[in-house]
Amino acid sequence: MKYLALIYAAPGAGPDYGTPEFGPYMDGYRKATETYQRDGVMLAGEALQDTSTATTVRVRNGKTETMDGPFAETKEQLGGFYMFECANLDDAIKYAAMIPSAEHGSVEVRPIMEIE
Amino acid sequence: MASDLSERQQSAREAIEALARADTGRLLGALVRDTRDFQLAEDCLQEALESALVHWARNGLPTAPAGWVLQTARRKAIDRFRRARNFSRKAKEYGLLIELDRETVESDESPAIPDERLRLIFTCCHPALDAKTRVALTLRTLCGLTTREISRAFLDREEAMAQRLVRARHKITRAGIGFEIPEPEHWAERLNSVLSVIYLTFNEGYSATAGPGPLRHDLCLEAIRTGRLMLELVPGDPECEGLLALMLLNHSRAAARVGDQGEMIALDSQDRSLWNRDEITEGCTLLDQALKRARPGLFQLQAAVSALHAQAPSHTETGWSEIVLLYEAMHRLSSNPVYLLNRAVALSYAAGADAALIALTELEAELSGYQPFHAAKADFQRRLDRPEAARISYQRAVDLSNNESEKAFLHGRMVSLGAQD
Repeated sequence: MKYLALIYAAPGAGPDYGTPEFGPYMDGYRKATETYQRDGVMLAGEALQDTSTATTVRVRNGKTETMDGPFAETKEQLGGFYMFECANLDDAIKYAAMIPSAEHGSVEVRPIMEIE
Repeated sequence: MASDLSERQQSAREAIEALARADTGRLLGALVRDTRDFQLAEDCLQEALESALVHWARNGLPTAPAGWVLQTARRKAIDRFRRARNFSRKAKEYGLLIELDRETVESDESPAIPDERLRLIFTCCHPALDAKTRVALTLRTLCGLTTREISRAFLDREEAMAQRLVRARHKITRAGIGFEIPEPEHWAERLNSVLSVIYLTFNEGYSATAGPGPLRHDLCLEAIRTGRLMLELVPGDPECEGLLALMLLNHSRAAARVGDQGEMIALDSQDRSLWNRDEITEGCTLLDQALKRARPGLFQLQAAVSALHAQAPSHTETGWSEIVLLYEAMHRLSSNPVYLLNRAVALSYAAGADAALIALTELEAELSGYQPFHAAKADFQRRLDRPEAARISYQRAVDLSNNESEKAFLHGRMVSLGAQD
């Protein structure tokens, strides 16, 4: 089954760039990604630019409307994702738990819907 | 003739109810294994039971009723697969069902029912489901309780409970919660989740956090039955033994715990001759067996406390110092202020209420919203002859309680305080 692991964290909750904690934090991501590739479960994985760079698109009455920023202001924001191919939810949870941001934010694991 | 038919209908209905109670776990386990779809398995089983009512009322019971139901349910599943839009995705399961049906027809015997209840209970108690859902799903799936019975036990609307169960079954299939015995690396955690669900069911019946009465025997008995099943499936596991011992030992006091008016009676005022000796003997035997395995756990330690109460000739002649040590051991295994609160209560009998009151002050910050904390504090203050302070603590405990008989009990203690003034 395919699973999307959505990585949420409050801005500023993780280590900032330039602090001594930042290096080990990024190292954690590198190690996690290596593990996923070694175990053959990783289909994709990316980090996103800050929500201040986001544009929200809506189509109303055939007209495209755009808005600056994310649709709703929530404390925890989507910062990145991985897509895994796993046998079952237990495995997906095991790999999601290796994502360093899980230690200060949260990771939502959602199965990908299969459409014929 | 008509009365003959209604008589046969009645006996068919009774046979089906008994079968649902005894065999739902086995039947659903087999069907989930075959179809890999929890909701589909449930729907096919229900259809097969409805079909049984028609056929058995007409022809009498088959020689192997459970096998008849399994075969019928498998055929219902075959039908559903054939009609399904996404047939290709289920081709493997469809092939298996056709094969199983062919074998049964050729051997001219009812199919044997494989025992998949262990996989089933691990699935129902998966940590990705919320705690209440785990309990409800286990009662429905393993114990064969009807949705109405479960909704009554939880004081929920039947409709809401049905929806909760349907959502849970869909989540199991769609989120890919495996129909598997957990891997060794997850075994301890997942087993603990199962045992906790069983104990939660027991406590829901024993303490009845909501509703008019302090005890709901049906839930207690279901929990004990599931505990027995679990021990049958995982023989020799010390925590399984510990949990069953704990439930039996606590339940042994059920009759002495509630008075004629439905009021709750505290341990120190219970008529010990009402305690169920058979349950105490069985509980103590199981606990001894578990402790010999030298792999202590929380359920064994709690059972040990309950056993000390069960074996004590009176409240004062109870092994209170040992109980203090047992709660300390629990806190070391799993840090929890409630263990320390219970330790303080035991300490009040082992060393005196003043020592216990001092022990409580360290817990105030964490437990100030917890009813038993204030009830314990009130009791210590009462015994130290501080009625004014005790009155305030009792009032706080009453305000925090949701259970009528518990409120009445606390209120009674508060009033008797006034009588001594």
